[in-house]
Amino acid sequence: MGDISGEQEPSGIGRRRFLGYVLAASTLTVAAQLGEGAAAPRAEAAVPGVPEPADLYDLNDMLTDATLATANLITITVNADGTASFALPRTEVGQGITTSTAMLIAEELDLPLDKVQVSLADARPELLFNQLTGGSNTTISTYTPVRVAAATAKQQLLEAAATELGVPLSALSALQGVITAPDGRSLSYAELAVKAASLTNLQVSVTLKPASAFSVIGTPQNRIDALDAVTGRKKFAMDVQVPNAMPAMICRPPTINGTVVSVQNQAVVAAMPGITDVAVVSTGVAVRGRTFGQCIDAVRALQVTWGPGSEDAATDATVLAELRAAENPLVTPPLPLLTAAVDARFTFHFASNSALESNCAVADVRSGSAEIWASVKAPITAQEEIAAKLGLPVGAVTVHVTQGGGSFGRKLFHDAALEAAEVSQAMGKPVRLMWHRTDDFRHGRAHPMSISRVRATYSLGQVLTLDQRHTSVATEFGHGLGEIITAEAAKLPVGGLTFSETIFSMTQQTPYNFGVTTQLLTEVDNGFHTGSMRNIYSPNVRCAQELIVDRLAAAMNQDPYHFRRGFLKDQRAIAVLDKVAQEGNWGRTMAPGTAQGIAIHPEYHGFVAILAEIDCTPATVNRQIPDAVTGPRVTKVVCAVDVGLAVNPKGLEAQMMGGIMDGIAVTLTSSLHLNGGYFQEGSWDNYFYTRQWNTPPELDIYVMPPTTGTPGGAGELAVAGSMAAVACAYGRATGTMPTTFPINHDAPLAFTPLPTVPPIPQSPTDGLSRAY
Amino acid sequence: MPTHTFVLNGQQVTVDVEDDVRLLWVLRDILGVTGPKYGCGLGVCQACTSHVNGKAFNPCCTPVGDLQATDQVTTIEGLPATVGQELHPMQQAWLDMDVPQCGYCQPGQIMAAVAKVLQARAAGQQLGDADFDQIRNICRCGTYHRIREAILSAQTKF
Ligand code: FES
Ligand code: FES
Repeated sequence: MGDISGEQEPSGIGRRRFLGYVLAASTLTVAAQLGEGAAAPRAEAAVPGVPEPADLYDLNDMLTDATLATANLITITVNADGTASFALPRTEVGQGITTSTAMLIAEELDLPLDKVQVSLADARPELLFNQLTGGSNTTISTYTPVRVAAATAKQQLLEAAATELGVPLSALSALQGVITAPDGRSLSYAELAVKAASLTNLQVSVTLKPASAFSVIGTPQNRIDALDAVTGRKKFAMDVQVPNAMPAMICRPPTINGTVVSVQNQAVVAAMPGITDVAVVSTGVAVRGRTFGQCIDAVRALQVTWGPGSEDAATDATVLAELRAAENPLVTPPLPLLTAAVDARFTFHFASNSALESNCAVADVRSGSAEIWASVKAPITAQEEIAAKLGLPVGAVTVHVTQGGGSFGRKLFHDAALEAAEVSQAMGKPVRLMWHRTDDFRHGRAHPMSISRVRATYSLGQVLTLDQRHTSVATEFGHGLGEIITAEAAKLPVGGLTFSETIFSMTQQTPYNFGVTTQLLTEVDNGFHTGSMRNIYSPNVRCAQELIVDRLAAAMNQDPYHFRRGFLKDQRAIAVLDKVAQEGNWGRTMAPGTAQGIAIHPEYHGFVAILAEIDCTPATVNRQIPDAVTGPRVTKVVCAVDVGLAVNPKGLEAQMMGGIMDGIAVTLTSSLHLNGGYFQEGSWDNYFYTRQWNTPPELDIYVMPPTTGTPGGAGELAVAGSMAAVACAYGRATGTMPTTFPINHDAPLAFTPLPTVPPIPQSPTDGLSRAY
Repeated sequence: MPTHTFVLNGQQVTVDVEDDVRLLWVLRDILGVTGPKYGCGLGVCQACTSHVNGKAFNPCCTPVGDLQATDQVTTIEGLPATVGQELHPMQQAWLDMDVPQCGYCQPGQIMAAVAKVLQARAAGQQLGDADFDQIRNICRCGTYHRIREAILSAQTKF
């Protein structure tokens, strides 16, 4: 019904006219249809590179298309105090979407940013696919609808003001929440909110501001939730006070997917101080008590006979062997004489996508209903699965979406919400269920191990072929993204692919004109709990490619920067590459053992270029920091990013910075070691995510001026880009191309693994003596 | 059940709970003070970092029975009052630099930063690289660079 079509040409009013709705309510309430037309296929350069599927139609186009058919409304309310409120059907986990959404509203409504309140909507099943926060799709899919709703509100306010002041609407101007007539009389939105309300539902036509009139969009803004964050007032799931929802934890099996055979001392544990309940559930033995500390004691005291897990014989080596056996052979077409090749295989180990907030949820399950509080990025799927597990109709389950303490792909799953619901039902009481950190590493989700074989051929200054075979432990997509794929697969311009192959082909691009380019995915399915981690395949796939690009450049006697520049397909890619080369002083003389690396990454209609400098000298590599992995240090990173239009450049910078920290971690220090059916890591001092001592002392991020005029996804771009640049720098500093990631994975473990029985460690007692 | 008395954010509090329960749970689960976050319970992640008698410590590693009635425990909620302001200058620097992403680690980061500055000052120094290497707080969102800038800008302001 709505004419919410693409908006590629921000010029021309016709392209900026949309339908909005005014809803019957006591104060002004407006709405717009969620969902926006797919971006038109982008122009391809007339080059020898054959367009890959992701060039034409990527994951974001599909997510955006999938939302088109769901004629559902998002609403903005203008309150009697002059503020505007909006419940965003997406999940804020740190990526800054509440802030960027508030900016869109402030822009079109001409209201100060601090008068816009954005909360997170409960699960709204009628939105179908349209409540999934993934694939960096939030801004892309909500950019137009949110502005249409806000513009509708402003138009209604102007009409009400025209009536009140007795002046034609066209003579009025709106600024900072106040409407002013030519004679100086004015009315605030607070005075107009009720007067502008409608008794009936109306459909109206509105015109969005042209980009040239933007005064909020595209300007750097601080996060709207920063004050809450720095004062400790920001409420995460475990901070929500639900009456009688006492702490609960699970005693988990020693190996992945192990099962409870019997519990020897259930009554004894139930009588421990503070403990109220002990119950066997599908994932282990649940305890509930007055404090989490007492739950930890109870978990540790439980004597459980465990059945085997699903992967008890698995080690890194067995999984690697499985991947090697499954790898599809490379097929290179017959090539002219004098053609040479570079060829390598890369291994990427399991990595944890644990956030700092461990898996957690509050559940209050009654006989005929259930209420859940959790940070979940696919709340509708969560609601459906929880209802099925509890034997309740979907409508009897309410899922409140709380603020999330990081996600990185983890919160696309609702493992803790499902478990909390089961525990609450089993005990007949409300629970506040939290995973112990050790459980989060050992039984949580991991980015799957993969291998990537890449071969490129070249002759007479041209790259003729690029062939990549990516073979990976299966990535789980059981969170609703899957349903979208199923629904949308028929529309794809590529046929005959399986489910994961489809995602792979839609997300993986080669930014270079490398002749015949083939990228294929093979998956090995087994019992690991996996998920994407700040991207599904890209960090590994693109890191492997960029290392091969460096090899090609060397083989063809070219500088890595100039070589890339010469083969890049897209002007936007060249622009970001030039920016980092210039700002980062590419090619400067570096001391022995140190080097620069440069890489590019395209995804979600955006481009990032990263220049990294690394120090691999013994003095740095052997730095001693207690309980840490030091090793080579990235000393400087320069990043340039073009997402088409950065709604909030400051938020985008923060996203890039975080992505760079991830890229450094997965290249140099952080991975999970599989042995005996479980991951050895059980603490942040085992899993070496970037810490202050690995942070590059110099870090510069450049947000490119708007190029396309429409926002692209941003959440994950920098991970792949920085991983590749750091790996390239390491290869150049040491003279050896790295082929195993992280580079220290095969070194002796830098820690002593925690026991698996009891499954979680006791908290130390030396807090006061370590005070500083 | 034993009772424990200490001073929390300027107010004397008394709780009935077993001696060995770590202070983090007394704060969060019994007293409803949720600024200090759980990230490991092992003294590793530093998300729970608060102050005892002006020094940074990990409540997750401190049995409540170790506290004396006169011990002053300050959580992020009580930090501004230690300087008699609406916001501690370190919190203000965090806002100025727009440090937080998800924000989960930030109460602990700020409490650690304040203590680190005071520690350096007591030694007659400004914060240097070696001091930053000692800040072990995890930020899984990767805000480290802005944290560094915020600490450097705030260190002379309190
Ligand atoms: S929760 Fe206290 S140090 Fe991690
Ligand atoms: S801001 Fe998310 S963990 Fe630090």
